[in-house]
Amino acid sequence: MSEYQSSELYQARIVALAKSKTGAGKLASPTKSARRDNPLCGDRVTIDVTLDNGKIAEIAHQVRGCLLCQASAAALAKTAVGRDASGIAELRHDAERAIGREAGKAHEPFDAFEPVASHKSRHECVLLPFEALKDALS
Amino acid sequence: MTFDIAKVRRQFPILSEIIDGRPVHYLDNGASAQTPLAVIDAVRSYETTSRANVLRGVHRLAERATELYENARADVARFLGVEPMEIVFTGGCTAAINLVAYSYGPLLKRGDRVLISELEHHSNIVPWQLLRQRSGIELDMLPVTTDGQIDLGALSKMLTSETRLISLAHVSNVTGALLDVRKVVEAAKAVGAKVMLDGAQRAPHGPLDLKALGVDFYVFAGHKAYGPNGIGVLWARPELLDAMPPFHGGGSMIGRVTLAETTWAPPPRRFEAGTPPIGPAIGLGAACNWMAALDWTATHEHEMGLVQRVLDGLQKIDGTQILGPASLQNRYPVVSFLLDGVHPHDVAQTLDSFGVAVRAGHHCAQPLMDRFDLDGTTRVSIAPYNDNSDIDVLLTGVRHAATTLR
Repeated sequence: MSEYQSSELYQARIVALAKSKTGAGKLASPTKSARRDNPLCGDRVTIDVTLDNGKIAEIAHQVRGCLLCQASAAALAKTAVGRDASGIAELRHDAERAIGREAGKAHEPFDAFEPVASHKSRHECVLLPFEALKDALS
Repeated sequence: MTFDIAKVRRQFPILSEIIDGRPVHYLDNGASAQTPLAVIDAVRSYETTSRANVLRGVHRLAERATELYENARADVARFLGVEPMEIVFTGGCTAAINLVAYSYGPLLKRGDRVLISELEHHSNIVPWQLLRQRSGIELDMLPVTTDGQIDLGALSKMLTSETRLISLAHVSNVTGALLDVRKVVEAAKAVGAKVMLDGAQRAPHGPLDLKALGVDFYVFAGHKAYGPNGIGVLWARPELLDAMPPFHGGGSMIGRVTLAETTWAPPPRRFEAGTPPIGPAIGLGAACNWMAALDWTATHEHEMGLVQRVLDGLQKIDGTQILGPASLQNRYPVVSFLLDGVHPHDVAQTLDSFGVAVRAGHHCAQPLMDRFDLDGTTRVSIAPYNDNSDIDVLLTGVRHAATTLR
């Protein structure tokens, strides 16, 4: 056995998503913004969006949190443009499938989070950006 | 006496546990310590030979239970250097602080001041904020120095003739900083304020002499001091307990109940409404006896040797920073650190895959995190049963996180 008995949580795809920093930052003139905190761990996500006929035209996020939260926000930024609230809900189902909260196979890029399934204490890290975006779109 | 680490470790069955093929390296003692056989046996003995409610029953099991419960009170009192009837059993340390806020609080009037610090655990902040809402007291906060100690240099200007209570962590649950109690007590006496110490992180490291410390209230948690969950302790000077009205009403805390009015039992029963946590109290008594039997000069030296190993090891890893006293001076075995470019939760998760249990996050001390503009820290908290291998695997894991996650 290697010294590192990895549960392989931090697989290359998750690390790469986080390091891509896709959508990281602020929008100059967001239509809506929302901030969500996870009171248990202190992670904080702020999401800005501009909307065009109810659909996301631009998205940016500021994550003050762990690598999983950063990776999830980046995955969301990669896939959110052109979607409305129901389209984002579909992405969330994908994320929930990846972490084992819903049955079925997740699609790219959220399938990268499948290693998180066995770490229940980290599920909220993946879902926090969705919560912030849901607030922004409500 | 000397310190025999193998003998100590044998008393903690959980340290033999293998998870995913790896031994447990338990360094999350500041959140909850492990419990020795002496405690497990005491609770098991109560549950299997003496289980009954306390105080009211006349049957022999009730008498046994009452005797064990009151013996536990005496054990805790001996551990703190005080009298048994000055010990109030509570549901935990948080419950003990809330008891003071709800029962000593009514003795304060609008405009009176309570002084806490920026490094307090939320359990020593929020109860006072709630008291402020209820009764209009003012709340003052001592600042924290850059090395994570309460800045007692600010005491003189923060204390006023309206300050009635100073409530501070004896040892910080984040930085490990040890409070200079003598200085606080002297300053408090000068303005007639009472002093309460949150001993949650101090009590697990050996017996205390509260009379010599000169404080007025002391609280600690059972589960951090090798005892069961669901038990905590409030000690207060008897004249303060006498003056305090009850917090919870119910059975056991009364003198006489009529439909018109109720009189209160004397302390400590006045503050132990309902059936108390009997088994946990008995377990805590055993934990106090277990601690009291250790040679604490040698044990403290062992613990602080491990702290030095942590400090030295982290210093050799690029991008680490200690939040707390840099040396062994003025500190207890709690070490918080940052790893540049890696979130504390990711450090802790990586460590878990090495079998190392630590805590990461804000440690219920968000004002302290705000003070240092941090999301959180990774915290290593050490107990007598920890050994060099725990620290060495910890350091290997931190190096791995540094290599793979940034």
